[in-house]
Amino acid sequence: MQKSLHIDPGKCTGCLQCEAACSLENEGMFNPSKSRIKVFTFHDEGRFVPYTCTQCDEAWCMQACPVDAIVLNPSNGSKDVLSDVCVGCKVCTIACPFGTINYNTDTGKVVKCDLCGGDPACATACPTDAITYIDANATGLDKMRAWASKTDNATT
Amino acid sequence: MAWTRKLLRVNLSAGTCTTEALNMDWANDYLGQRGLATRYLVEEVDPKCDPLGPDNKFIMATGPLTGTNASTGGRYSCLCKSPLTNALACSNSGGFFGAEMKFAGWDMIIFEGKAASPTYLSIENDQVELISADDLWGKSVWEADKMLRAKHQDPQIRIAAVGRSAEAGNLYAAVVNDLHRAAGRSGVGTVMASKNLKAVVIRGTRGISNVADPKAFMAATTAAKTVLAENPVTGQGLPAYGTQVLMNVINEVGALPTRNMRETQFEGAADVSGEAMHEPRKSDGKPNLTTNGACYACTIACGRISTIDRTHFSVKDKPEYWIASGGLEYEAAWALGPDTGVNDIDALTYANFLCNEDGMDPISFGSTLAAAMELFEEGLITTEHTGGMELKFGSAEALCWAAEVAATGEGFGAELGLGSKRLCEKYGRPELSMTVKGQEFPAYDPRGIQGMGLAYATSNRGACHLRGYTVASEILGIPEKTDPLDTNGKPGLVKAFQDATAAVDSAGLCVFTTFAWTMDDISPQVDAACEGDWSTERMMEVGERIWNMERVFNMAAGVGADQDTLPKRLLNEVANSGPASGKVSGLPEMLPEYYELRGWSKEGAVTDSVKQKFNLPA
Repeated sequence: MQKSLHIDPGKCTGCLQCEAACSLENEGMFNPSKSRIKVFTFHDEGRFVPYTCTQCDEAWCMQACPVDAIVLNPSNGSKDVLSDVCVGCKVCTIACPFGTINYNTDTGKVVKCDLCGGDPACATACPTDAITYIDANATGLDKMRAWASKTDNATT
Repeated sequence: MAWTRKLLRVNLSAGTCTTEALNMDWANDYLGQRGLATRYLVEEVDPKCDPLGPDNKFIMATGPLTGTNASTGGRYSCLCKSPLTNALACSNSGGFFGAEMKFAGWDMIIFEGKAASPTYLSIENDQVELISADDLWGKSVWEADKMLRAKHQDPQIRIAAVGRSAEAGNLYAAVVNDLHRAAGRSGVGTVMASKNLKAVVIRGTRGISNVADPKAFMAATTAAKTVLAENPVTGQGLPAYGTQVLMNVINEVGALPTRNMRETQFEGAADVSGEAMHEPRKSDGKPNLTTNGACYACTIACGRISTIDRTHFSVKDKPEYWIASGGLEYEAAWALGPDTGVNDIDALTYANFLCNEDGMDPISFGSTLAAAMELFEEGLITTEHTGGMELKFGSAEALCWAAEVAATGEGFGAELGLGSKRLCEKYGRPELSMTVKGQEFPAYDPRGIQGMGLAYATSNRGACHLRGYTVASEILGIPEKTDPLDTNGKPGLVKAFQDATAAVDSAGLCVFTTFAWTMDDISPQVDAACEGDWSTERMMEVGERIWNMERVFNMAAGVGADQDTLPKRLLNEVANSGPASGKVSGLPEMLPEYYELRGWSKEGAVTDSVKQKFNLPA
């Protein structure tokens, strides 16, 4: 079963445990500035929204890369950056419509979410289930259930 | 090792910023944050200095767990000699500023001297710079935050700043970070402003990569998070209702100080409770509470994010307050509500917004207003003083007006900025001030929760709930239930809570974790992060060492054992309703035993043998 990250901003408290976990997993340190997942705070609205790569099927970052440094990981569908191939041209960062692939000035390479090879640390760290790793074929199941519960004949 | 081992010293008089190695001998004895910064303060600040003069220092300090993924590991503290109490001030704050300071590579920042003109400090990792704040002076925290963001063009900076209240010399001004988290108590913001320091802006991208035993650390933090999640208080009560979960509970046990602590129960408590914050209002069908929010790395998320009813008189013509922002926590709700007799939750939320916007401690503000209301009732303060406003208990209009004038220090706002003690002295009724060592009480009446009377009287920063929260035991049964109306056993309980809290603070963790965590949950996290053996016993020893050192500083500052007392109202006037009816505080029964347990003299002095035992500076 292929899985994907599922994000429910309504459950997010903005604690940044996901960013701490991501940076630890991928950079070996607690360093939110190097996290591949970012939580955006919309202060005046009182909203917290985690955001990261959705692993597009037709991944424009991968299409745009002139040196084929971004490759499909067939086991989990993630598009992974091969650091030793990446030349740091940043064309992928322009191609990505969502901004979720970024240049790292320390390494001269780009970084993006690779689903931690199939066990995303952000989802494990999230204390409120705002970030989960679930069946990619049914990411709408929670919303369906929520709306189903609002139908007239549902018990409340 | 989790410390960055680096300290930034900023001499504001000379305009210099220098890097120093952290004193690791001291870190081994005092851990970090509150404890370690107190050690520096004791070394460097004359206890007799003028708190608002250039000889006082202002320290921002993180702990070894600040910035890690330990739950609640985002705390920092502001320390200095307090202008409100003349004792040691140490105010703790959450949000994201403390963690960012650590990510930038700094354990601590020591500000000394005084800048010639308004200044702010900009930190981007190793690049530190003092920059003119002429344009920021006279602006609120919220406005300064906006201006700094526009100037720095970096959405990820974290900002701590003081507001107009601090600039005006309000003696309980706070340092506000991340718009609505505050190092709130004892006037640390007043001291920051007295140095012409408007703000500290930090961007840190270095991270923390030196945890001593990463594997053990992950195991310890993960296990501890599970404990928080499974505990009914930290797993359910606090996320749902915040600390406001306490409003109805404390009212029911008859320990909710009301109308300047004349009474111990408030008839309007339910109207301003955590439950009330969930109630949809008539005007727009939305509740006061918009959502709950967490500080850095916190898996509890007790923070309240609220909106004010747009049709409420306080904001109907002020769209700038129609936003979601930091809502009512229990202590603020109590001081702004029951203590002033106001049961209008939107008025309380508005006053709370203003406290955040211009950096005032809502506890001291509300409590000072309550004293002013009693003085008004007695005819000592009149509409001539206030410019027409009737300062009546229960008046939401008076509360909102008072917050507005205190926030800027204009007119009667300057009187309110004196704090309760000086205000009551000025108007000839010092006994109406509900303070210890000059600092206003928080939200637990010692007649109904006896342990808190001793905790307040002996707190090293004046009346405070966060120095020894025996409410946990006496009301909530954590770690075990004790009778709140009984003084027996309370000296030992108070001492244990005081010592443990000092250690928790010094780690960089939030004391609210201790609703669920014991020191046995905390010490493995510290032990895995830091070099050396950090057992529960050592943590408790560190806590006791810190407590004694704070006391030594205060004694030298002239804040002695004669101030280990409570206002006469609490010692002589009985509670008039509820379970505590007929009770006064039993402080006199508890204090001698407390001194004895501490190993102090009968007069409350820290003895030479205690100083030697804890290796305190001579």
